[in-house]
Amino acid sequence: MFKKFVWLEWKSFLRSASFGKSLGLKILMAFLALYFSAMFLFLGIALFPMLKEIYPDADPLRVVNGFILTYFSFELLFRFLLQTLPVIDIKSLMILPVKKSKVVNFVLVKSLFSFYNSLPLLLIVPFGLFCIIREDYPAANMLGWMLAIYTSTLCINYLNFIIKKRFTDNLKALLPVIVVGLILALLDYLELFQLTDYFGRIFNYIYSQPLLAIIPVLLLILLYIWNYKNLFGKFYLDAGLKGKSKAASTAEFSWTKKFGSIAPFLQQDLKLIWRNKRPKTTIYLSLIILGYGLIFYPNDTYQEMPAFFVFVGIFMTGIFMINFGQFVPSWDASYYQMIMAQNIPMQQYLASKMGLITFSVVVLAILTTPYVYFGWNILLLNLACALYNMGVNVPMLLFAGSFNKKAIDLDKSPFMNYQGTGASQWLVSLPLLVLPIFFFWLVNKFVNYEAALGVIAGLGIIGLLLRPSILTFLAQKYRQRKYVTIQGFKQKGD
Amino acid sequence: MITATNLSKVYSGNKVLDIEHLDIPSGQNFGLVGNNGAGKTTFFSLLLDLIQPTTGNIFNNEITVSQSEDWKPFTSSFIDESFLIGYLTPEEYFYFIGDLRNRNKADIDSFLTQFEDLFNGEIIGRKKYLRDLSKGNQKKVGIVAALIGDPEVVILDEPFANLDPTTQIRLKKLLKELSKTSGTTVLISSHDLIHVTEVCERIVVLDKGIIVRDMETSEATLNELEQYFSREIAES
Repeated sequence: MFKKFVWLEWKSFLRSASFGKSLGLKILMAFLALYFSAMFLFLGIALFPMLKEIYPDADPLRVVNGFILTYFSFELLFRFLLQTLPVIDIKSLMILPVKKSKVVNFVLVKSLFSFYNSLPLLLIVPFGLFCIIREDYPAANMLGWMLAIYTSTLCINYLNFIIKKRFTDNLKALLPVIVVGLILALLDYLELFQLTDYFGRIFNYIYSQPLLAIIPVLLLILLYIWNYKNLFGKFYLDAGLKGKSKAASTAEFSWTKKFGSIAPFLQQDLKLIWRNKRPKTTIYLSLIILGYGLIFYPNDTYQEMPAFFVFVGIFMTGIFMINFGQFVPSWDASYYQMIMAQNIPMQQYLASKMGLITFSVVVLAILTTPYVYFGWNILLLNLACALYNMGVNVPMLLFAGSFNKKAIDLDKSPFMNYQGTGASQWLVSLPLLVLPIFFFWLVNKFVNYEAALGVIAGLGIIGLLLRPSILTFLAQKYRQRKYVTIQGFKQKGD
Repeated sequence: MITATNLSKVYSGNKVLDIEHLDIPSGQNFGLVGNNGAGKTTFFSLLLDLIQPTTGNIFNNEITVSQSEDWKPFTSSFIDESFLIGYLTPEEYFYFIGDLRNRNKADIDSFLTQFEDLFNGEIIGRKKYLRDLSKGNQKKVGIVAALIGDPEVVILDEPFANLDPTTQIRLKKLLKELSKTSGTTVLISSHDLIHVTEVCERIVVLDKGIIVRDMETSEATLNELEQYFSREIAES
């Protein structure tokens, strides 16, 4: 049976509409994967001597144990942001004579073969072997420790799914968790309550009593069963439709009338965002990303590299642009045929999308103004970045969008549907960020900061001035791709 | 009103539509019948410029549909549920289509009153999104939306499928009146021979993309159609 599932997965990968695009991305991601593997392997080998040098008096293994909670926390964070729950299209399997348990087990076991689970291995195994072979740590104890650490990371794998299931629909509910996490981190930092220390002691203890490695193994089994029950219970058509009885919201957004001919589309786009889980999350994400500057502006290490602040500026003012814009016109996939047959000129359709995204950049730029606290430079830079986003990045994203032919299913229940929340989503945004950083760096290095600012803002203004002709060009591109797009949108599934 | 010349569509060496010449005069109630794969939806999709013809052209009021978008203001259509926007309520959807066809809210409201019977109290004011309506009710919304803004050409693919018997009868009445009173050109396709013969003045039978019958509807038409479609069964 498992063989059949693997066959299905392979077919859906090869035959999907986005095969060309995802293949290109997959190659890029393979390079990234190789890079990270090499880094982890290097760290795994060099960790012991490195720690010996930094903390000459301490036992490196104990130092590692002391940091282990921090490591696990970051791992969870990264997994939450990047790792996707392996999906298998289960609807068609529901009425076939396939045991539910088989399908659920397949989904869960498949997740173990994720890249994210092999990375820690590259860190743990070389470090463990180094301890045993070079430093004569007792092999049995060390193996127990390694097993405990690795099963713990697998626990994080499954814990992530549970968290992701609970919170992707409702990112607000995550706030208390974040607050508690921050408080614990603060208490730890102030040495009032050292959770990392207690956690480290547990692993010290496991090292001295290697048989105790059974505890994380049991924990892993428990989490597996929890996930299993979670998924098994949702194996019904109506499981994702619980909210159905909720009355439809009838917000009118009538203020959009001011925007004239693009008003109906704006209104409809706002409803799209407001009433569907998938686009709604992009709003919350935008607000969270606004805090990004707090990480970089106060940090001394970045003060010598203003080019880095360009990255922050583009990112903060353009996060909605990146998240929403790269899926134009896929948001409208389920009724794209209607849009094409209705009384809608392509140019107006695109103009309204541009209008919406531009509007979001303006709002986000206004929201970043409090960063003036870190200096006028920062404020001006952010505004220049906003201009650049509006003038250059928006048309670039929409141009890339004309090649989109992968549908986003808005109506699909969120059950096992994390379409596009993976690492590939972030990769598309690279050229949007790299180009302005490069321009800024170049001018800043050879002329000065003010000129670099001017160049970034100027490029944006040129883009804004050229917008009508850019729109005509884009509309022409979209019209050319129309038939391919319609064809692609008809194919459901990834 | 609508003219197709030398029109063909080939999918990987397989000719799914091949129409040498077809002329549909303005104000005609035009019916398209044929078995699955006969090319009915392909023809409508070509007419709406949703797919590209392999050869030939379709002219809608002398506008080449694949080259200009100017046919859109006077042409409306409902092909399938993919023409609906799932996250809107029916009212919002009607207003949205109205906006696109220069009808304000009041226009739409008064337009909708004539469909109160058809909607049977299940569509307006129920605070439900279109995606939560049943297939039949979705179809009603789509068909009514296609009538907004006094279009000159209305294209409906399988309008009778999924509808309850009462609605089928109402819809037949509605479509007949439409071409009579406002001179609208109505193009429908159907698998139900009785419905088509009742509604359409002219019926064209497609078989594997080729026009095999083109007849004015008369008393004898239904019989003729039934004979045509049962000939293969009789032969074997």
